[in-house]
Order: sequence, then C-alpha cells, then structure tokens
Amino acid sequence: MKFTLSWLTDHLATKAGLDDILALMLKAGLEVEEVVDPNEKLAPFTVCKVIEAVPHPDADKLRVCTVETVDGTKQIVCGAPNARTGMTAIYAPLGAYIPGLDFALDKKPRAIRGIESQGMMCSAKELEAGEDHDGIADLDDSIPLGTPAAQALGATDPVIDFEVTPNRPDWLGVQGIARDLAAAGAGRLIVKEPKRVPGSFDCPVDIRLDAPQACPIFAGAVIRGVTNGPSPDWMQARLKAVGVQPKSLLVDVTNYISFDRARPLHVYDAAKLSGPVVARLGKKGESLEALDGKTYKVTPEMCVIADDSGVIGLGGVMGGTSTAVSDDTTDVFIESAWFDPLRTARTGRTTGIHSDARYRFERGVDPQSCVDGLNLALELTLEHGGGTVSKPNVAGAIPARIDKVTFYPADVERLTGLVVKPTEMRRIVKDLGFSIEDAGDAWYVLPPSHRFDMEQSADLVEEIARLIGYDMLPVTSLPEPDGGRRAITTPIQDRVRVSRRVLAARGFLEAVSWSFMAKEHAALFAKIDPALTVSNPVASELDQMRPSILGNLAMAAQRAANHGEPGARLFEVGPIYLGDGPKDQRTAAAALVRPDVQRHWQGTPHSYDSFAAKADMFAVLDALGQPGERFQVAPPAQPHWHPGKAASLKLGPKVTVGHFGAIHPGVLKAMGIDGPMFGFELNLNALPLMKTRPTKTKPVLKRTELTPIRRDLAFLVDVAVPAADLVRNAIGADKQLIVSADVFDVYQGTGVPDGQKSVAFEVTIQPREKLTDEDIQALMARVVASVAKGTGGVLRG
Amino acid sequence: MSDIKTIEKEALAAIQAAPSLEALDAVRVAELGKKGRVSGLMSGLGKMTPDERKENGPKLNALKVAVDEAVRARKAQLEAEALEAQLATETIDLTLPPAPGPRTGTLHPVMQVFEEIAAIFGDMGFTVAEGPDIEDDWHNFTALNFPEGHPARETHDTFFMDAPEGGTPKVLRTHTSPVQIRTMMSEKPPIRILVPGRVYRNDWDATHTPMFHQVEGLVIEKGIHMGHLKGCLIDFVKAFFEVDDVVSRFRPHFFPFTEPSAEMDVQCERSGGIVEVGKGTDWLEVLGCGMVHPNVLRNCGLDPAEHQGFAFGMGVDRLAMLKYGMPDLRPYFEADPQWTRHYGFAPWTTPSVSGGLS
Repeated sequence: MKFTLSWLTDHLATKAGLDDILALMLKAGLEVEEVVDPNEKLAPFTVCKVIEAVPHPDADKLRVCTVETVDGTKQIVCGAPNARTGMTAIYAPLGAYIPGLDFALDKKPRAIRGIESQGMMCSAKELEAGEDHDGIADLDDSIPLGTPAAQALGATDPVIDFEVTPNRPDWLGVQGIARDLAAAGAGRLIVKEPKRVPGSFDCPVDIRLDAPQACPIFAGAVIRGVTNGPSPDWMQARLKAVGVQPKSLLVDVTNYISFDRARPLHVYDAAKLSGPVVARLGKKGESLEALDGKTYKVTPEMCVIADDSGVIGLGGVMGGTSTAVSDDTTDVFIESAWFDPLRTARTGRTTGIHSDARYRFERGVDPQSCVDGLNLALELTLEHGGGTVSKPNVAGAIPARIDKVTFYPADVERLTGLVVKPTEMRRIVKDLGFSIEDAGDAWYVLPPSHRFDMEQSADLVEEIARLIGYDMLPVTSLPEPDGGRRAITTPIQDRVRVSRRVLAARGFLEAVSWSFMAKEHAALFAKIDPALTVSNPVASELDQMRPSILGNLAMAAQRAANHGEPGARLFEVGPIYLGDGPKDQRTAAAALVRPDVQRHWQGTPHSYDSFAAKADMFAVLDALGQPGERFQVAPPAQPHWHPGKAASLKLGPKVTVGHFGAIHPGVLKAMGIDGPMFGFELNLNALPLMKTRPTKTKPVLKRTELTPIRRDLAFLVDVAVPAADLVRNAIGADKQLIVSADVFDVYQGTGVPDGQKSVAFEVTIQPREKLTDEDIQALMARVVASVAKGTGGVLRG
Repeated sequence: MSDIKTIEKEALAAIQAAPSLEALDAVRVAELGKKGRVSGLMSGLGKMTPDERKENGPKLNALKVAVDEAVRARKAQLEAEALEAQLATETIDLTLPPAPGPRTGTLHPVMQVFEEIAAIFGDMGFTVAEGPDIEDDWHNFTALNFPEGHPARETHDTFFMDAPEGGTPKVLRTHTSPVQIRTMMSEKPPIRILVPGRVYRNDWDATHTPMFHQVEGLVIEKGIHMGHLKGCLIDFVKAFFEVDDVVSRFRPHFFPFTEPSAEMDVQCERSGGIVEVGKGTDWLEVLGCGMVHPNVLRNCGLDPAEHQGFAFGMGVDRLAMLKYGMPDLRPYFEADPQWTRHYGFAPWTTPSVSGGLS
C-alpha cells in the first residue's frame, strides 16, 4: 500500500516530519518497505536560466546553450526542440544520477559533435516528477535561479510504501493509516464526513438483492448530465504517486475513494443499463467480458451483478465492459455495496483477477462505509464533473455488528509484562475508535466497524502493547526449566548427527537436496504413490516426494562430473517418504560415489565398489553402536539396485534396515547418468534402540587372561553358497568359544572342482580356561561338522 | 700361570679382528666353548691344590669374564655395522604420493547452523522436537488459527498433494508451526521445545527456494510473558552471531497463531553485498514471534486462562547466509562439491555453547 505524506495530512493534524511518521509507523506495526522522497531524489537538480541558445554548427537538432547555474555559467549541448534563449529550466550537474533514465552523467564534460557539454537540462519525466512531451521542463520565469528542482516542479510529496498485514484491511485507506498514527501519538485524526448531497429525483435504477448472504447491502445513486473529463490535477497526482493510472473523472473518483477510505466503488454508464441491477449468484453458462478485456466463465459460487442483459460485473472483483463508463458518459450509476469476503476471495482465486476491489473486499471492507462512500463519490463527482444527483437507493441492510469483546486489563501485564495505567489503556482504545463499557476487572469493548480482528482480550492486549511500543516491554531471560535438564535431542537426532560426522570424516561431502524429485525418476526407485505427488509443483522435475535420497545424489554427482569433478562422494541424511501419513516419513542416511579411476605409481589402487560402500555403511552402523554381527546380508529388494552387485541389510527375516552396493545400470541410464555408481541407504528409524541403563556407571571390566588361539580352515563349497553362511556355521559350532571367523581367501580355478570355490578363514578362539591340544582338535572337528551340515562344505585337505 | 695373560691378549686380539658374526662365533667357541682354551684352563682347576686354586681361580674367572664381554661388545658392534649397511640399501623416495584416498569431507552449513541454534536453545533448557513434512490442512492452518479461505493462507504459497477423489488435499507444511500443535496435543505443559525442519513454499527466485529450513520455538509455562520472549531471543541473537553486542528491536506484526505478534530486527551494516551484524545503522529482519494465540491454545485443548507462552520461528538458510557470508541461497540445494567444500564445516566441529559455536 502506497500513500503520500500530504495525503496523510488530509486526515492527520500533525507536526511530525517524514522521519517521525516513519518511526511511528514502525512502532504501530505498519512495516515500511520503501520511501521515495523527491526532495532527496532530486537534490542534485536546481533551476537554471538559459542566457543564450544557438544552433549547433554540426547538428541540425542540437542547440548549444549558455546557461547560468548554481555552479556558474555552463555550456550545455541540448537536443530538446523547446530549448531557447531566456528559458527557465532544470540543470543537472556532471555526475548526477538521472532517475527517469536510470543512468548517471559522466563526471567529466563530454564533447557532443565536437562541442563540450558541461551538464544537462532535464525534462520532468527524466526526473520522475511529471509528464511533459515537448522537451525539457519549461518553468515559469519568476522561479529564481538555484531553486531546488523538487520545489520548482511541485514534486515535494514523499511516497511511502508499506506492508498491509491481512488482519488490517482498514490500512488499505489513508484514513485508516491516519487513525493508527494518531493513536500512536502522531497527532489528531481529522474526521471528514462527506457532504450529504440532497437528491433532486428518485434513483431511476432499481436494485434487487437476490443473494443477501453474498451481498447484504447495495447503495446506489445516479448523476445525470455529468461531464466525464479528466479528474483534477491533485487527484491525478495522488493516484499516480500510489501507482494508479488516471483514466477519467468517474473512474478516478472510485479509485481515489478506494485508496482514501478503503472503500471500493463501481461506476456504470446508466444509459447502458437495462432493467433493475441485481446482485445474485451466477448461473452455469454465463460469462462476463471484464474491464481487463478478458472473458471469464461465471460459476454458481460467484456473486455477480446483473441486469436484463445478463452479467455486468463480478461483485467486489471487477466490472464488465458492456456497461463501462466512457468519455461520452453523461448519466452515471454509482455502486457502493458490501460483498462477503470469503466468496470474493474464492471468485478472485477462480478467475485469477487481482484488483484493488478484490484485495479490499476479501480482507474486509467496513460495511458502515456503504452510504458514506456513496456520498463522498457524489460530492467529488459533482464538484468536478457537474450534473444533478438522484436520491440514494439503499437496498438491504448493513450486516450485523461485531460482538462486544470482553477485555481484562490485567491481561496486559500477564501476557506482556508491561505495567500500563488504566487511563492510558482507555486513551489508546478510544483513539482506535473502540467504545468502552467499564465494568472494573472486565471491560466490555465494542470494536469499530472497520475492525474484523477483534475477538478476545488478547487482541486488545496487542493494541495496547503496540501503541505503548514494544521497546517498552521488559527484557527478561528465561528461568531455569522446571524439573531440571534433560537430553535435548532424541535418539534419531543423535543418529543423524553421528552418521553425518562419520561420513564426512570418511571423505563424503554433505548434500541437502530437494525433498522432491521428478516423478518419472521416482518411479525407478519405488512404485509411484499418488498421495506423494505434488499437484502444483514449482517445476515439472520436482513433482514427487522422494522415496529415496539416492536419485538426487546421483543427479548431483553426474552434474559434478559434467563440471569436471568426476569422482564425487556425496551424502545426505534426511527425509524419505513412504506414504503421506504422519508416521510414513523416515530419516535415511544415504551415500553415493561416482568412482573415479585414479592412477597411482604403485599400480592401480582399488576403485570404489560395492565392498567399499559396505565398509562405509558398516562404519556408520559401528559409530551408531550397532554391532555388525547382528545384521544379515540378503538379495536387494528395491528396483534401483544392481541385482547381483548390491544387497539388502536385514535384521531378522522381516526388518530391512538398508541397502548397499551398485546402483542398477538401467536406472542410471534412464536418468541420463554415466554409470557406474555405488552407495548405500540406511533407514535410521529401523535400527533398534540401544538399551539404556538406569545408571551412568559402566560395568566392571572383565579382562580375558588367556590369549586367543587362531586356526586357519579352508572349505570347498558350491559357488552359490554365500561366504557369510560358512562363517555363521563356523561360529555356530561354539558361540561361547569362537569369537570370530574372518575370511581371508576365496578361490576358484585350478585345483578346485568346477562349480565350487575354496573359502579359507581364520577362526579365533577365546578360551575361558586352559585348553589342551585335544580340546582344540575336538572344537575344530565340531566346526568342520557344523559347516558341512549347514553349507555342504568339505574341509580342504 | 703366566700364559693366562698371553691367552687373554691373544683371545682379545682375535675377537677384535673377527670380521663377521660367524668368525666371531668361531673365536668364541675356540676360547669359551666346551673344548675351548679358556674352558680347558677352567676345567684344570679341579686338579689343583686348594692353595693353587685359591690363587688361579679368580684369575681364570677374570679371564673368562673379559673374553665373554669382549665377544658381546664385538657382537654388538658387528650387528650395528650390519644394520647400518642394510639400511644404506633401503632408501625410498618419500616425496612420492601415497595411495590416493578421499580428502576429508564437509558438513553442510545449514545443518551446522541447525546444530548451533539447538546448542544455544538447548542451553536455555529447550529440547528438540520434530514432525512430518506432509501435513494435513488442520495442523498446518486451521489449528493455527488460519480461518478457512482467509487471505493469510494465500500468503503461504502452499504446495498441495494430489488428493484422493473428493478428499481434502494434504499440504507440504509451509512452516514448522504444526509441530507446536502436535506437541501441545501430546504433551502436558510445561513445554519448551525447539523444532528444526524442512518447510515448503511454491516460490522460486533469487531470494526464495521451494524448500527451505526453519526453526520453531515454543514455550508454554506459567507466568511466561512477552518480556521473556524478548529476553530469550536477545540472548539467542547475541550467542548466535558471536559478537559482543547486537542491537535489536521488536516491531508489531501479524501472524494468525500469535497475539500479540512481533518481528525482530537486528542492526547491521550492509556494504558490498555483505551484511555484518553487530554494527552499522541498517536493520535486518531475523524472525517472527509472539504470544501463543488463545485460539491455538484452545484448539490444542489448553485453557488460555490457565496456560500461556510464546512461540517464534526463523529461517535458517538466511541466518546461515548472514553469519557465514554466503551470497546466494540457490546453491544450498545443488550438492555442488565446489560449493560444499568451500562453505562446509569440518566433521569434527560440534557446536556447543561452552566450546564455541563455530
């Protein structure tokens, strides 16, 4: 919302200057976004006198002027057709920034067709201070040399732009702004009641309300014999200052009142109306050619204005072309109605029309302003356009008033810590237009009809606190929490922190990628759940909630490769979505590597592969206190993994905690990625919680006194048997004594029958008491038997 | 036994002259071995008279010790020489690179700033709470006192999920505030929580991304008023920006879920695209806050006459930008290794109030 300082002072008797007004706006909650002060903007420019203007010897359209300026006599080459000897003009010194042209003059004089020019003479348009089409500003000769340009051009009025919060539609009128500033201490509100223009004939236009819930009141009047010429200069200047293009008196008056009083109006050419004007709901099949030149379909949810010809306007949103006023209009019908905010908002959303009327009606227009607004329009139109006025025709009634609010003055201190005297509270509330019935501890307060945000005591507390000023609030640090200190993070958050650090320490760069991905890519990772599709995506490639983090990491790794970084190692710990329920979101830790072949003088080192991914994944699990032995490796169960070079990680037959290995080459190809890529994704929610002990004391260390014993064993086994089966069966022979079995060799080829492989591992035995050679031999025999039984493996001789 | 001296002299000379460990061992055997010269003299002691023995015993013993020590010394010397000779052949060029491995990775600045914020508020007794990104309309809007159809909803540029036929579409949460509702409905006051999380708005330009990060705070406790809100947040910005003093101000604002509501600005200096907090005369908005709206308390089953407190919410990406001088929001979500290495944090940096945040 924009307004000018002089416009404000129409409604506010104040001694405050611009800076004071800005400070008070801040205090009252009107957040200033921009201030354009022409005095400041035009500070470099001053009035000059052209002593002589002669034609440029080498250019027909240029004149060489000798100009008397505040900086002394200057030679200025000027292209304006109206530059002439004896003229009073505006001088721009070298180096000045010309706002309307958005450039600054050179700091040194420049030669134009061989003649030096030591400055510039400007048009009002070039200074954004008015319109002039004949060339440079041609000022009255009585204006003395050196007068500031802003003053000379009559453009001294600062324009203030501020944010109107949705709760304060009354700030969409300058009068409403003045009321709050008066209450904040800026001065006194000037209440201007419009003159009641007595009508000399009955309003010839009948008004009917067929949908009183959508339009409960509609006031209208006709002026006959009006001249719809341009509106007065002051009105045009104000409208332009707030960003509204002046059109004609009738239209400008409605726009002016919309900005002055937050009261939208509409004008119809009465000669183009046929039959009564009806506010009703739309009918299927109807449409309207609106003032923006577009045609809109009408729906039964919309409130429309219609006459015998059909729909002539969308109530509170936009009028139609068929009944619009023009320069030839002599009889005008002025509408001042009230439209239901919710319905207006819906109509606005459906049509996509953003108009000043919609903006006001959907936030709430003061219903009491219907008749006052009409009278003000009649007064202004009559004053500047003449004609004779009909009696007002008011159909319907103002909707019921807002209820009284019970305000507890003690709430001010309870909720804000501010101690405010009741007299001060009363002053503020009254300045804002509330009426008070005092009943001691509880006040019954009636809000003014332009306030729709008053429901309860806390709402009044805010009014008082903001107008006293939030600077006056005490500053109190929080007390210690009740019940002492607890751990601040949850187990899942701890897992996030630890896994991020482990992965970064192992050489991965942390990514934070979108929670969404392209639906066609998401389909490669999981069956598409329509509940996870975004219906209004910001971009078509971000239309599905991700079922896995890996897709986004893969795309990022490929982008990095395209930019000359082929070996990206990326990770992200963040959400994945398995459904749209509150419990369907998981926190996953995912890492992805696009292996880069790096040569080395000792021979080619191991490139990143499925086993490297496995090592990184187990490093995370280890750091999270999850013993690796508790997990089982099984074939992959998600479509984006290589069927043979990737695996799932399970905790028993039912729970899958993650996957690791090579990404499916077909998936990478479908995403336009050069393979291969390796990685893992762990579901941090699926990991079991560690047992918490009631005490922080650690159990006593039980040191093993006897040294471990190690024996190597090699088995011949079918190639399809996973190594983990041999290890599990070996350990299973005696879980008390055997602490580990570590594979150190896997061999196929000469000496091993076809279809078999040799797997060798070292068994580590941790004796509890002294073991004899016979004991160890017997234990090894049990290991061999257990492996044979479990896997069909035969001890290699 | 004049030959003891001679033997000693000969033996020591032979030991000293032994060129190798093998030769030295031969000398040792010849003198001290079972059939050696010194051993032979020692075994002669048994045939001597007690007086002879008394005289020759110590001399022979001394001879044995002297020869033995000389052997050991020469052995150590020969071994040292051998090692030196061996090492002389073992030089490698250590200017060559080791086998390539990854450089240490980095942590994302937004995640780091989340932890910094949690450390500061954790020190004030807040605990961290979380909620889902896909929310229903009630938790994201209605319960937070956004009336159906109210223009305040439109300011949120909401992402909607595809709704089942005839159903109300779910939304991607537009703020972390729904977690206020979830917490107040599942826990009894006193409540002091901090909610970090991803939030979503349908807006993408130089200063907006469709996904960004917020931290929400909620305190519901007896006697908590707006002065506490100010105190808590002033304490926060001082700790967060790690400067001696931050000048801040609170302005009235509107949020449907707080009453009274405010925005907090901090004083800063802007020059050359960089914003420095803690000096200058410009102002920078850092967060929105206010006393929890009575309607919100009621929606969560709390009686506003009995319970009160404050809430605040801040954009983490922008705070990270400000503190660490990142000029642009957009690369945050591109996972660009160059950017991440440059602006990221070492994995061993753990923000804490006692150890320094950054």
